Amino acid sequence: MDETMEEIPINTTVNGRSVTALVEARRMLTEFLREDLGLTGVKVSCEVQVCGACTVLLDGMPVSGCSTLAAEAHERTITTIEGLSRGEELHPIQDAFVQSSALQCGYCTPGMVLTVKALLEQNPQPTENEIRHFLEGNICRCGTYGFVMEAIRSLSEAPDGSESVLG
Amino acid sequence: MTHHRVAGVSIPRLDAADKVTGRAQYAIDLTLPGTLHGVCVRSPLPHGRIRSIDKSAAAEAKGVVCIITGEDLAAMPLFPRFGMVPDRPILAIERVRFTGEPVALVVAETRAAARDAAAKVAVDYEDLPPVMTLEDALASGAVLVHEEDLTSEGPSGMGPDGKSNVLYRTEHVWGDAERALKTATVVVEDTFEYPMLYGYAMEPYNAMARFDGQGLTVWTSTHTPYMNRRELARIFSLPLSKVRVVVPYVGGNYGTKGLAKVDPLAALGSWVTGRPVKVVLSIDESMQTARGDSARIFARTGFRADGTMTARIFEILVPAGAYADVSPLVMAKMGVRCLGPYRVPNVRVRTQAVYTNTVPGAALRGFGGPQAVFAGESLMNWGAEELGIPPADIRRVNMANRGEVFHQGLRGLDSDLQADLTILQEELEEQWRVDEAEQDRRRKRGRGFAVSATNVGDETPVSTALVRIHADGTCSLLTGAVEVGQGSRTVLAQILAEEFGIPYDQVSIIQSDTGVGTYERYTAASSTTTLQGLAIQRAVQNARLRIRDLAADAWGLDADDVKKADGGVIVKDQFHDFGEVIKEWFGTEAGEVVGFGAVRGPGDLQEAPVFWEVGNVGVIVSIDSDTLQVRVDSIVTVGDCGFAINPRLVEGQELGAALGGIGGALFEELLYEGGEMINGTLIDYRVPRITDFPTAARCLLPNRQDGVGPYGARGSGEGAIQPVGAAVSAAIAHAAGVRITKLPVTPERLWRALRQAK
Repeated sequence: MDETMEEIPINTTVNGRSVTALVEARRMLTEFLREDLGLTGVKVSCEVQVCGACTVLLDGMPVSGCSTLAAEAHERTITTIEGLSRGEELHPIQDAFVQSSALQCGYCTPGMVLTVKALLEQNPQPTENEIRHFLEGNICRCGTYGFVMEAIRSLSEAPDGSESVLG
Repeated sequence: MTHHRVAGVSIPRLDAADKVTGRAQYAIDLTLPGTLHGVCVRSPLPHGRIRSIDKSAAAEAKGVVCIITGEDLAAMPLFPRFGMVPDRPILAIERVRFTGEPVALVVAETRAAARDAAAKVAVDYEDLPPVMTLEDALASGAVLVHEEDLTSEGPSGMGPDGKSNVLYRTEHVWGDAERALKTATVVVEDTFEYPMLYGYAMEPYNAMARFDGQGLTVWTSTHTPYMNRRELARIFSLPLSKVRVVVPYVGGNYGTKGLAKVDPLAALGSWVTGRPVKVVLSIDESMQTARGDSARIFARTGFRADGTMTARIFEILVPAGAYADVSPLVMAKMGVRCLGPYRVPNVRVRTQAVYTNTVPGAALRGFGGPQAVFAGESLMNWGAEELGIPPADIRRVNMANRGEVFHQGLRGLDSDLQADLTILQEELEEQWRVDEAEQDRRRKRGRGFAVSATNVGDETPVSTALVRIHADGTCSLLTGAVEVGQGSRTVLAQILAEEFGIPYDQVSIIQSDTGVGTYERYTAASSTTTLQGLAIQRAVQNARLRIRDLAADAWGLDADDVKKADGGVIVKDQFHDFGEVIKEWFGTEAGEVVGFGAVRGPGDLQEAPVFWEVGNVGVIVSIDSDTLQVRVDSIVTVGDCGFAINPRLVEGQELGAALGGIGGALFEELLYEGGEMINGTLIDYRVPRITDFPTAARCLLPNRQDGVGPYGARGSGEGAIQPVGAAVSAAIAHAAGVRITKLPVTPERLWRALRQAK
């Protein structure tokens, strides 16, 4: 059974750069980004859209790269973690994570940072509940959630004056 | 307190920039030109005999290079098994012993091609009766999971003996526990059950192996590179000098990546094909590779009227899975940790681990502590309840004081747990008051706490460090310690900078490459700060002696005339940095000086354990009256690590560990039905999310500098997971008036317990 897998031409923009490629119909976005474009900052974990490690932004919205076909990137823009920093200069969210030590093993971090970016773009002053709700799809097995919330808090202010997580 | 430059300061993590930019490389990200990919064919049965394997259809599939079976392996001049007890074949040979066990390795040009081909390998099995439970394993005339006797091949006393399913046993006895229980005013007892857990390191198991003229190199995600090196050397009959294990950043560990897991598979593939081979498991496959040990613990404790214990009895049973991994050690630790940090005059503890046809039990954060402490601390709470004594008081009257030997044959307690308990009580009471003001009337609230002292590591700790002083006076550390997220890169850099007296941004830490760094037995048992920290201090001393000698030689002085200074030496009242000394001696701005330091058991850290890692956790829970879902609203932990070299990192470890404990207490559990794991996917196995993180989380660090490591530090990372099960149970008891004996406390279990109580 050696069927030739259908190949689909795509034109996409990844981290601001135009990319043209031919991808197998079944190729997932994570495989395309990691293996074809060398963007290993896109992490792979559960592969069933449950953990959030593979989160990338598709036209600014967080999606699970493991459950998105590469072909779906056609004529859309993708942002991976590599697209946030400019050389050695960190994006403010990245810097907040560094200053708050909002990571341990770091495997969930790229996905987490991108989800936070989407959150703050939608809602620059999220309450604690809003933060928890928005990030519920990003697992951090090291349990660094408290420091992640501190990092987010340092970038925004809660309008209801709710207390800091680490009271 | 001595003034420190950087020890004790929460500097931002040195690996943070790499990790937030995606630049950080994990083993799963690495590749080499020409790498082939290996995918396993796995057993669908928990127990069976392999009748035949038909590779023909798979062999013709696109991109397939070769297919290796256990039968092929058995005919190769290789040692086919691995493990501390070498009972685990790289590929199943003649028999399969758990659902998911690798039966064949398909090696192909791409992972997709290997997967497609693996589905075409046809294996014919004969079913054998599976041993799924403790009862199955211990029944007289039980079917044996292992029919051969391997006890001579592993550490003494461990392994299958061909006669029963018992893997290992320990016993601790002093005094006469049975008799002492008769004199007790109150005796409490029950059987406690702690679940089988999945560690879920988010980076799945993976390894890439390559044979070349220098031997074997394996890039993998592990926290024990030197132990993996030894296992690989044994498999391929290679000297240690020709095996190299390289570990970049590790994407989650929690003890689950100790010893070889998939390294042998990748290495086997490379050995057969002569090309680099990479094996990357999915998370589902990782769940079929290793998991945390469950335990059934019968516990009994007798108390006098004043709350002091007369005796403790524990019978601990561990169904360890199809292969030993380190379950014997986990079981043995349970046998010590169940007793708690208390003076107990009469003790009888028996532990037993048995083989079962389930995924092998392996190390998991806490290493037997969560299981044992759940039982031991629950009885302390029940004893308090029956005697009408506050739970804190019953701890105080039994608790060992700092320095006191409380477990025969082991080091005295090195923490002031009495003082920690005071801090914990005050903080928990404060949280209770704060929480009270915000309570939701539909939820019942309760508070509870537990404490623990756990014996870390093995009896032969070994840690070495090599430091380099470069021609410009900056320094590097070559270390076998691994950065698994705990922050070793940062803490070791702080120690190095502190010891040499130079700024920490002038040092580099080269880690976890057995071809570069010097021997480190393991990055585990919360011991890296202590063991590697001490080794670094000794290495720096060694390097400084050399610098002194070079300076004396270069300037024609006596060694005594060279004085130590931060970042250099003082010679004739003039400061010279290390670089100047090197330049002076070598005659130009070139060359370097190294220093080596070692820490070992005999004559050094002879008393076991190296230290007691202690835990002090208090929680406030609330229970939804309708759904009976329990939530931990507030958590307090006293992280008595001696001295927090980086306080922020210790906090991260404490709260992260505690959250792991919450998972096991409230919703994590691997379930078997018949021979199958029925929730072996991340969709069905629930781990703590941000919504489970308590609304209030406090970590206090006493910093009494009473640890055996640098600056009075000891260790951290597991202390806070140990007491969580018992603390949550105590809080539920306070809220709902029921005693918990089985974790996790799902809504259904709580409902049944409440009904039974009526």
